[in-house]
Amino acid sequence: MRLKDTVHYNLKNQLLILLIILVLFSGSAVLIDASFSEVIENADQVGVFLGNFLKPDFSYIPELFQPLIQTIAMSIAGTFIGVIVAVPVAFLATTVVTRNRYITAVFRFIMSVIRTIPSLLLAALIVAIFGIGEFSGLLSVAVFTFGMVGQLVYGSIETVDKLPIETQESVGANLMQIALVSIWLQINQNVISYALYAFEVNVRASTVLGYVGAGGIGQILSTQLNFFRYDRVAVIILIILLVVMVTDLISGVLRKELA
Amino acid sequence: MNKTKELPLEHKKNSKLRIYGIIISILVLVSFTLIDFSSLANFNLDNIKTVFQGLIRPDFAYLYDGSFIDGSMEDLLGLMVITVAIAFLGTMIGTILAIPFTFLSARNLYPKNLQWIPSIGKFILNVLRAFPELVYAIIFVKVVGPGPFAGALAIGVHHIGMLGKLFTEEMESIEDGPLEAHDSVGAKFWQIIFYGVLPQLTAIWTSFSLNHFEIAVRSAATLGLVGAGGVGAPMIFAIQQRNWPRVSVILISIIIMVSAIDSFAAWLRKKVQ
Repeated sequence: MRLKDTVHYNLKNQLLILLIILVLFSGSAVLIDASFSEVIENADQVGVFLGNFLKPDFSYIPELFQPLIQTIAMSIAGTFIGVIVAVPVAFLATTVVTRNRYITAVFRFIMSVIRTIPSLLLAALIVAIFGIGEFSGLLSVAVFTFGMVGQLVYGSIETVDKLPIETQESVGANLMQIALVSIWLQINQNVISYALYAFEVNVRASTVLGYVGAGGIGQILSTQLNFFRYDRVAVIILIILLVVMVTDLISGVLRKELA
Repeated sequence: MNKTKELPLEHKKNSKLRIYGIIISILVLVSFTLIDFSSLANFNLDNIKTVFQGLIRPDFAYLYDGSFIDGSMEDLLGLMVITVAIAFLGTMIGTILAIPFTFLSARNLYPKNLQWIPSIGKFILNVLRAFPELVYAIIFVKVVGPGPFAGALAIGVHHIGMLGKLFTEEMESIEDGPLEAHDSVGAKFWQIIFYGVLPQLTAIWTSFSLNHFEIAVRSAATLGLVGAGGVGAPMIFAIQQRNWPRVSVILISIIIMVSAIDSFAAWLRKKVQ
């Protein structure tokens, strides 16, 4: 703990920051017509929701297996395609491999643009182009995996030990040989662990992708929400939670074993 | 010789790795067979061509039509400002309300015989995190009516769970030294909190909040899907009407806004720490 962390250190500055935050807070509250009293007045709506929600309709579970399996299949296949595409492109996104600042910049730009687009909007766009169904879900998962894993992989390529590269260069290896031997062997463990991380993230994301028509359990969630069947919504959310916990567990074990 | 990592020139050829490899390959293959590719049947290249022809001609007229100035906020500029406001208000609600939950669920604040209190706090935070943000948005659209305020509340409640967990982890790992020093000179409970506990946490908590503001901006842009305000609803309408030039201009604006906010938040985070 440092002296400059204490509350009374440079009090004027601290109060100024507080004032700015308060101005921004009330500014945005006015802008979006926030009225907190309304929340309290209509709190009975939350009560209605919770009342139905706390009586889960467990008889609905058997109908969820099929969409659940589709959701998991979508995430596995999408993560696989995303990683397969991301790894070679990540090699092109580092100056270690390309020796060219412009090529690197172009590939990095593509990846960072993909990362800025909110996943549900991207999925909605893909659904509009490729039609409603799991294929669009798979494609959306693959595209955000590409953005996410690509960045992580090029980050780890940048930190590899450069000595083997120089050694290979000095005996006349070409770029492909350098990439496959000096670099890939140093990063393959990391790639496995990034892929597992991406899989965890994708399972979470794919459970709501159905909301925009990208298949899987999200589609069921959105229908039941529209029918106000909160008893069924409760079961769906419980199942999603269970699946997320189990995938985190499995991928944790795999990460320990493989990476 | 300094520490150069030894290159694993031979792949680890133990049988365990191979078994996992086979299992994973089978899982991937099975996943591909389970997916229904029938939607590809009505896919054609002309369709893609029209989409891209539309996307490369962004409808810049939508960006600004004067309603940003007169306050109705119906052009893209207005929608973007509203989206950021939703994210900001949501993050603020989440941050402020996460603090009491943090005090409830930090184990080191309670003596040994009261450890059930933090367990309850942690359970509440886990439940709050379990719901997808979209579900909160749907509930709050019912409570306060469709509009950006519902989106801010949804983001806020979701982020209570997220930030509460992160805040608690930091609170549980603070140094005891300053606290004991305060205690030994007779500081009261609130004095210890204000002069011993919070100063150790404000920097890292601020940095978490900023990071979650970045996440909230992305959510705020999607919650419009369920009527919770922001740029999401016009985006979906444009996609449904296949108004690709408009989709394009919205996407470009979202990309610019999100990257601008990401770099601004990264800059602020560096300053705070």
